[in-house]
Amino acid sequence: MKLQNGYIHLITTALEDFKRNKVRSLLTSLGIMIGVLSVVLLIALGLGLKNFIEGQFESMGANLILILPGSGFTGEGGGSFGGAGTVGGTSFDERDVTSLKRVSELDYVVPVFMKGTSVEGGGEKKYGYIMGINEDGFKLMNLEAAYGKLFSKSDIQASSKVGVLGNSIAEDLFDLPSNAVGKTVRFEDQRFKVVGVAKKKGDQEADNAIFIPYKTTYGSLNPGKTFWAIYLGVKSDDMVSLAKTRAEETLLKRYKADDFAVTEQSELLNTINQIFSIINSVLIAIGSISLLVGGIGIMNIMYASVTERTKEVGIRRAVGATQNDILKQFLTESLLLSLFGGVLGLAIAIGIVLIVRIFFPASINILAVLISLVVSSAIGIFFGVFPARRAAKLPPIEAIRYE
Amino acid sequence: MIRLENVCKSYFLGEEEVKAVDNVSLTIAEKEFIGILGSSGSGKSTLMHLIGLLEQPTSGKIFLQGKDISKLTDSELSKIRNKTVGFVFQSFNLINRFTVIENVLLPTKYIKESLSFDPLNRADDLLKRFGIYERRNFFPNKISGGQQQRVAIARALMMQPKLILADEPTGNLDSKTGDEIIAILSSLNKEFGVTVIIVTHEHDISAKTKRQIYIKDGKVVEKYL
Repeated sequence: MKLQNGYIHLITTALEDFKRNKVRSLLTSLGIMIGVLSVVLLIALGLGLKNFIEGQFESMGANLILILPGSGFTGEGGGSFGGAGTVGGTSFDERDVTSLKRVSELDYVVPVFMKGTSVEGGGEKKYGYIMGINEDGFKLMNLEAAYGKLFSKSDIQASSKVGVLGNSIAEDLFDLPSNAVGKTVRFEDQRFKVVGVAKKKGDQEADNAIFIPYKTTYGSLNPGKTFWAIYLGVKSDDMVSLAKTRAEETLLKRYKADDFAVTEQSELLNTINQIFSIINSVLIAIGSISLLVGGIGIMNIMYASVTERTKEVGIRRAVGATQNDILKQFLTESLLLSLFGGVLGLAIAIGIVLIVRIFFPASINILAVLISLVVSSAIGIFFGVFPARRAAKLPPIEAIRYE
Repeated sequence: MIRLENVCKSYFLGEEEVKAVDNVSLTIAEKEFIGILGSSGSGKSTLMHLIGLLEQPTSGKIFLQGKDISKLTDSELSKIRNKTVGFVFQSFNLINRFTVIENVLLPTKYIKESLSFDPLNRADDLLKRFGIYERRNFFPNKISGGQQQRVAIARALMMQPKLILADEPTGNLDSKTGDEIIAILSSLNKEFGVTVIIVTHEHDISAKTKRQIYIKDGKVVEKYL
């Protein structure tokens, strides 16, 4: 009960002082508020972006190996299909597909022809990606038909002019994805019958792609009968590195090591994660600068407050306050100032994230909340200690005579 | 109750050493009512601060209830200031942002164990006794000097101290109000047996105490002027 009384007195004293210096206290908290706000927001957005990209990768299946020309994925600007970020090298053909199919650890070998072009259909015109793949490509990318059906092996053998539309492009061209089935789309002066529409994946490239049998691309679309990449599906997780080695051996019989790159999806993910963690730490470091500045602001105000209340410190000492009591009093004040700023910043950050979520998958986790509260408390204590110590060390008599 | 042995306290004003209290030895018994008389700059206030444990002597020893206070830690000294000593100052030294009742309750915020009385009841009793109960929720700058000094006395008495130290308690008051304050201090000594020490430069005031100690140039002297 006694102890409680003491703490209540500390807190009410601090709050009374804030009330007396409303503007000053608010401005001081503002520094911490902005710091916490920026750090929490940056973490939330960074985390959101990372989850978004990871989600895209995972939607492609876990046991994916990509064979890309040149040095492969460079880590720059690559989407989940690696449309950019490849450098030089060779292009692959059906011979490579056949030889890779002999690798026993592989379930699927999918040649990938890819070209961006404008697509007409349903009276609309839209930019999309032509993806020439085989029937296993759908399994590898976890694509299922939402309406109609996917094309089959026989469509490939017959080089049928059929296509499966990604969900978004189907919606853009035909208003409702279900309307697209049975209609015709035109691109590169060729007409294709839409046999199905894929389920929405939330992946820009897959949702805006037109999947056609890879053999159908042979001709004016793909005169060299080559593929930009080959995707491999491994039978199980523990075979991934073995399958990778086998695939490399197979291709080395025909190509030089520099001409192609065999990349596990997990490697891609690691590269991307690394890049994100670097970007994130840089952003957090920048945000922390404002926290530091906020802390210095608190220290400044606390020094002013100590000077202003020197006489009060003397009076309190005369009626029995120990140095420790005085220290606690000023520490409580700086702690509350800082914590107030922190909580305010956090609340605003949560508000902003809730709004941003409508457009972008930002997320605030409990860790960010905890960290911001702990950090703002720590700042309050750290930057409050020096002024509070000065107050505690004041000689009582000099303090009480101070005017 | 209090014994000073060859106590010295010196300050440095630049290079020059100033002996504010110079080799003072004296004994004050319980329940005494004492006036310490001296002109301004005589060292009487410093002497009071030494007795009240607000300052430590440069040399010599101070015993309070038999205990050598030079060996005590800050928290032990603070505890004695809190429980055993009550201060009354010339400039009242109330905290202006606290109300009258909050000022009176202030010493109870620094006690580390439980109180033997209900603080609010005691504070109200003291305010009633000094006729300022109806001012209990006023801020100090809204009441008169005499009332402020009564609040300060109530605060000094809050923890039921054995010793009241009053440093020029009437210095900022007119003579009538000053007399009332001295009467209050005198009654504390008479009715409750509290040791009261009044530091003053006025003969009239020290004449109202039972024993006078004269201070000149930091030394205790037999006769004042």
